[in-house]
Amino acid sequence: MSRTRQRKIKLSIITVVGIIAIIYALFPVVWILSASLDPSNSLATQRFIPSNASLKNFVEILSDPVNPYLHWMLNSLKISSITSILTVFITSLGAYAFSRFRFRGRRSLLGTILLVQVFPNMLAVVALFLIIQQIGHYIPSMGLNSHGGLILVYLGGSLGGNVWLMKGFFDSIPRDLDEAAVIDGASHWQAFRYVILPLVQPMLVVIGILTFIGTYGDVILARVLLKSAEQYTLAIGLWMYIQGWYTVKWGLFAAGALMGAIPVLILFYLLQDLIVSGLIQGAVKG
Amino acid sequence: MSQKRGLGGKPSFFFSLGARSIKRLLAPLSDALPRIVFRLTCLAILDGFALWFFWKTVIDGIWFLAAAIAIITLGINVIFLREDLHPFRWLAPGLALMLLMVIYPIAYTIYTAFTNYSDTNLLTKQQAISAIEKEVYLPEGGISYKWTAFRSSEGKFIIWLISEDGQMLLAKPEEPIQHSPQNNPDVGTLDQENIPLTIKGYQRLSRIESVRYLQELSDIEFGLPPDTITIRSLDVAAQYERRYHFDRLKDAIIDLETGETYRAVEGTFTSSSGITLSPSFHAPIGWRNFYRLFAGVAIQGPLFRVFIWTIEFAFLAVFTTFAFGLLLAVLFNDPVIHPSYRKAIRSILLLPYVIPFYLSILTWRGMMNPHVGIINKILESLIKFSPPWLSDPGWAKAGILLINLWLGFPYMLLITTGALQAIPSEINDAAEIDGASEWQRFWYITLPLLLISVGPLLIFSFAFNFNNFNVIYLFNSGGPPMPNTPSPVGHTDILISYSFRLAFEGGRGGDYGFASAITIIIFIVLAIITLFQFRYARIWEELSENV
Repeated sequence: MSRTRQRKIKLSIITVVGIIAIIYALFPVVWILSASLDPSNSLATQRFIPSNASLKNFVEILSDPVNPYLHWMLNSLKISSITSILTVFITSLGAYAFSRFRFRGRRSLLGTILLVQVFPNMLAVVALFLIIQQIGHYIPSMGLNSHGGLILVYLGGSLGGNVWLMKGFFDSIPRDLDEAAVIDGASHWQAFRYVILPLVQPMLVVIGILTFIGTYGDVILARVLLKSAEQYTLAIGLWMYIQGWYTVKWGLFAAGALMGAIPVLILFYLLQDLIVSGLIQGAVKG
Repeated sequence: MSQKRGLGGKPSFFFSLGARSIKRLLAPLSDALPRIVFRLTCLAILDGFALWFFWKTVIDGIWFLAAAIAIITLGINVIFLREDLHPFRWLAPGLALMLLMVIYPIAYTIYTAFTNYSDTNLLTKQQAISAIEKEVYLPEGGISYKWTAFRSSEGKFIIWLISEDGQMLLAKPEEPIQHSPQNNPDVGTLDQENIPLTIKGYQRLSRIESVRYLQELSDIEFGLPPDTITIRSLDVAAQYERRYHFDRLKDAIIDLETGETYRAVEGTFTSSSGITLSPSFHAPIGWRNFYRLFAGVAIQGPLFRVFIWTIEFAFLAVFTTFAFGLLLAVLFNDPVIHPSYRKAIRSILLLPYVIPFYLSILTWRGMMNPHVGIINKILESLIKFSPPWLSDPGWAKAGILLINLWLGFPYMLLITTGALQAIPSEINDAAEIDGASEWQRFWYITLPLLLISVGPLLIFSFAFNFNNFNVIYLFNSGGPPMPNTPSPVGHTDILISYSFRLAFEGGRGGDYGFASAITIIIFIVLAIITLFQFRYARIWEELSENV
């Protein structure tokens, strides 16, 4: 088989698989886009190309005074940004220790972090509810129905699977770099801050984005801890809004869902190159 | 070698002194002083805050929180004061949060598994006792009073009582009953029947007015419970007495009316003849929940079938997402494709990953609706067949895997793309020169290397899907239902959604104790599987080796 022919076959396979994959990935998104533009608002009568497309659903969901969509979105952005920044900070500190120091309890601590990850935490919400209620008794801004309390709970998971991911990445950076800095009189903190952190920037972005997506989409904890519509995140607000009604509020749901995905989309695609290069470097050893 | 060096900055710093100048020695030391002062100041501020918090919680008797604060604060102090524990300084914030928000809920779940905590037993023992002690009864030969009511302009009532032997009392709701009220300066002069003409702030009601308010008045308990007086008729008011008393020494509740003793039996005060007092409270019941799980549900119920499907689902979920993600990664990583196309295609394929999962699952559920969903409409018109996604067990499982594939393949595409590009091309080139075919190179070189780097992530993914409650529950709530089972369970239920149903949809309200017991069993099973996988993948060995 000649090289060019082989190339042609390969290219056609890639094209076919690519087209199938793209249709599969895009279909629900296009479908929800069409639903959001269809003013009939019903799952049953929706066509692929709505007959009288309009922005009615978008206008309606944005102007509903009982369900402050934009306010929810701001809440979500605030909570997710704070959580992901703090998580990146806590995770990178932990990963640095696991990667650079050899100390008693290191292996068992890594093992514990792993095992804790597989605990089915469906019932943990009962305990989390109680503890946040108790904390809120003294510090109301960290209690029930507060964003502070919710962020506190999200941060509880910051020393989780991400530490493993980040530790692997730190391992890939030659130790000579920070050791040289330490020998030259830098503290470990300085070596970490000025030598290591700039090198692991892509990985910080990856962890940050993963955390952001996870927090932004959480419905379980937010639903238990937040009580008033004023404090809702977008996920929980939209969830309560459509709950049980989504076949008759289909178009509104679609419009809300589409706009809700936009912040994550923008963030993700702005940082896409960094994310991919972060994951690539994460897999490199030494 | 770095095993020793890794012990900390200080030793290596001092060992390296020999060859260095005095100036070099002094500079870092003078640097160190402000650092130590800074550290101690931070520690002092933290301790001050913790002490305040600790004190408050102790006063209010919130023992768990008090203990947690004490442990965390002590731990942080030890870590920051002892030089040899310095690696833990880096872990301190994460560990403190983990202790509070992860470890504590786990401990709490374990404790709950050994209690009968449920929606009918929400109270603690102390709360149940004080609720029961509030109950009152009307003794047969109790003291009765003649009463006269007074009403304030806001509609509040106060009553003036005269007993048969001429004792006078003044009673307001929620306040202790006043004895000898004639000395109270608010009370005006008494008439010939010893009833005051005025009481400051209140208007005396005539007999006719009393009739009008009688219904309202007889609903009010005057006095502070348990010593309350209630109006029984237009002429008579009588004193209720406290019915139950908790005897701390006997750890039992005594019925003061009948003399009956009620002992606490598994969260309910029960008399020797089996009469119970409500409310109940949650109490330890030993291994009962586990017994119920293994002797009852496990044998009669379809637990084994659920377990098998859980394993199947977790395995297939990882396998399908990984295989599809890897296929796409390999294809689009091929140099045949122009880099700018590659980026555009990747952007589209990553789309499912960025849309919040609950929105996606609900969208899929709408699209797979057998009657009006778009997928079924298209299939109907193309191949005259509309899959019963929601009612047929096989199709329901296929539907879930299809949705899960959509949700999960972009992540696998991301990580396998990363791992693929990290494999040095020299290895592949060398194999190509040796005459290996493209397939052989993939199968014997690329794939094994790839699996090493993404192995831990696949294990995490398996554990995640093992407990992937969302996709199961949001798509079809575990349905379609299995026929003839003792408790409702569906063909697509996995262990976690099955336990959710057992615990919360069993017709008895939320049974947290039982649900916790199942959670712990799931955890043990999953922990064993995960540890086994890690051992198999030799990740522990790598852990101690990589330096």
